[in-house]
Amino acid sequence: MKITWKEYQKDIADDHYYYARSCIRQNFFPGSEAAFLHILGNDLGRDVLDDARHTSCTGIGYHSDIVPLDTIMTVVARQFSLMTEAGYENFVSSCITSFGIYSEALEMWHDFPEQEEKAHEYLYKATGREFKKPKNLAHTSDVMFHHRHQIAAQAKHKLINAQTGEPLKVVDHIGCHYAKIFPKVGVGGSEFPYVLSGMVEAWGGECIDYPERRHCCGFGFRNYLVQANRGCPVANSKKKLESMAPYKPDFIVANCPGCTMFLDRWQYAISEMEGTLYGQDGHGIPVLTYEEMAGLVLGYDPWDLGLQLHQVAVEPLLDKMGIEYDPGAKYLGKNGKFIGKPEDSIIGCYTK
Amino acid sequence: MTTWGYSISRPRSIDIDRNDMSYSQELLREYPELQTCIACGNCTATCTAANLTSFSLRKVHTLVRRGEYQGMAEELEKCMLCGKCRLACPRGINTRQIVLTLKKHLVNRSR
Amino acid sequence: MTGRVIIIGGGVAGMQTAITLDELGFKPVIIEKEASLGGKLCRWDRLFPTMTPAQEVLGDLLKRVEKTASEVRTSTTVSEIEEQGRGVTLSDGSRLDAEAVVVASGFDIFPAERKEEYGYGLYDNVYTTVDVERMFREGGVRMADGREPKTVAFLHCVGSRDEKVNQRHCSRVCCITGVKQAIEVKQQIPGAEIFSFYMDMRMFGPGYEELYRQAQQQYNIHFVRGRISEASPTIDHRIHIKAEDTLIGRPLRMSVDMLILAVGMQAGSSNVAFGRNNNIDLYPSGFLRPLNQFSGNVRSSSPRLFYAGTVTAPKNIGESINEGIAAAYQVAQTLNAAKS
Repeated sequence: MKITWKEYQKDIADDHYYYARSCIRQNFFPGSEAAFLHILGNDLGRDVLDDARHTSCTGIGYHSDIVPLDTIMTVVARQFSLMTEAGYENFVSSCITSFGIYSEALEMWHDFPEQEEKAHEYLYKATGREFKKPKNLAHTSDVMFHHRHQIAAQAKHKLINAQTGEPLKVVDHIGCHYAKIFPKVGVGGSEFPYVLSGMVEAWGGECIDYPERRHCCGFGFRNYLVQANRGCPVANSKKKLESMAPYKPDFIVANCPGCTMFLDRWQYAISEMEGTLYGQDGHGIPVLTYEEMAGLVLGYDPWDLGLQLHQVAVEPLLDKMGIEYDPGAKYLGKNGKFIGKPEDSIIGCYTK
Repeated sequence: MTTWGYSISRPRSIDIDRNDMSYSQELLREYPELQTCIACGNCTATCTAANLTSFSLRKVHTLVRRGEYQGMAEELEKCMLCGKCRLACPRGINTRQIVLTLKKHLVNRSR
Repeated sequence: MTGRVIIIGGGVAGMQTAITLDELGFKPVIIEKEASLGGKLCRWDRLFPTMTPAQEVLGDLLKRVEKTASEVRTSTTVSEIEEQGRGVTLSDGSRLDAEAVVVASGFDIFPAERKEEYGYGLYDNVYTTVDVERMFREGGVRMADGREPKTVAFLHCVGSRDEKVNQRHCSRVCCITGVKQAIEVKQQIPGAEIFSFYMDMRMFGPGYEELYRQAQQQYNIHFVRGRISEASPTIDHRIHIKAEDTLIGRPLRMSVDMLILAVGMQAGSSNVAFGRNNNIDLYPSGFLRPLNQFSGNVRSSSPRLFYAGTVTAPKNIGESINEGIAAAYQVAQTLNAAKS
């Protein structure tokens, strides 16, 4: 009788994407965006423009009351003008915050056309550029969701425990700005988003419906930026981790850069501060981005996907999925260069 | 030792699953009329102590009914036992008696 | 003059309209979309605040309709009402003439699945007050696995006073329905802990406040002022709920064996089609707007078009029956005046 999400569908363009990157993902999960481009370009034969000229959407500044509305609106207008100039109409954002910002701009311009006029004027005065609004706006996870069956058809590994043959138990975490601001822009709406669970199901896994599934990770921008205030953000992630732990999830897949970072890094912080680990056998719960999940399914090398940069060790998951990897190559970067090894923590989020 | 500069905030939710409801149940068995409180605030409006302190009998007994006993004995110390609340209560709850009963139990509990 | 009066809807208001019209010498035709008369009352077990079996009220009305010369057409739907109330068009396209039309088509039950956050239809053990009436008729409240629940939460105002689902009005009767059912659950399972989450308790009828007080004092039902914001399944297939205890000012969370949603009344789905008649006006809520809220509750702006029961607003059974009588007398007055 699980019917509800099907009422909410969104149009997702099939090809020819203008790609806008995320600021923090490139630092925390640097392999994800490369994997997205590789999967779309090489495995699926799609055309994606990775444009070096675009900038941050300034969303973090906007949500922290540093960047005013007129400014961010003009930044959005500039990104769209780059897309227009390049001859693209389908805008794909690699970040939930940005996706929320673009959605907000489009929605606002729709409701208040004079604001859109302003954006045109500011952009023209500042840069001499003009823009058209995208025909289709999607988040990168929407695009992966859209191609989930093609990816499944090329899968080298399923989200299945190679030893037991059981589906892996996956926690999906959506990110507030994906569909809580405008439920209609998310696959499945805001209460039962299907964007990640659709991928998990298509690739053989099973999503866990746990009590705090819809709860925020606690990121909250301004709340998190000031160190002294972080007690509240971390408590939200902790609440989620406590709520999911009894289900013994094999991994978490997150939609939003901030959430992925939070759910991964806070496991280390909590283990240090309180001595609690939420995974099995003295491990944390590995946290993947959807591209990393897709990359593993498609047989990419875990270290090429950048999984060595996760705080919670992913090796238990790789073993479950029956993925072969070279432990000695974990901290070897491009051309075999040693990238440095983090110190083991006291409790051992890192250690296998 | 890492210095974090903050600590993990504790949840302030009332968690009925985790709370010990036994005294709450006992109290309601003894004074079932306490459930009839319609939260009109008449007791606090007329309260001698509430005018000068944060005392609210309505909040105190609601918290106790939800299994939240922490700090309640201290709250009840603020009551001057004048009994005006009992005159005012439109549901006829013997509020003064409730205060005395709560005090007796909660003080014993905290010992 | 045929004396034929069409009554759209064979619920309590429609049946009473037919009974009175018959007494006054007219020829009522009841058009009922379901296979039998009775409307929503057929789905109820016992009635607030007296715990009278619904079957008693229903049986009595049916018996009285039976004794009249009324024509009853079941499984028949009206698609259009003639502008001046001189007949209706049925969904098969056929036309039925009359001297007057009484619209007594009632209300729809709010579809609880529209409040997605409560997981009705998704999780086991989330039910509506309508489901609970069915359970009582079938022998008692049981969870999906057949066991009796030990902890039950009722949530009031589901589909009432809620802009998010375009239901801004108060459905009035759900408060007392929730209280009645909480008592019934407690009578069935004395050991059960019952929590009722409410925003206001609107005890508008005689005996309602008294029943509410009984629920509190005698049945130890815990009334918590605050709306449940979301429900989720727990690992042991219970329902986890979040609310604020607004009288304390702190969030409250707990898990329950069963969550019961007190669904409201929404405007009947046929009202939109009826509203195409220029003499039929709709409230923003979708209920039909009578000519005058004080002195013309059963009248429309056409002298031969009348209303009775919950087609104009949420009402209880007694009020609906009274409107049936009132509408019948107003029909008689109009038609008798036209005759002379």
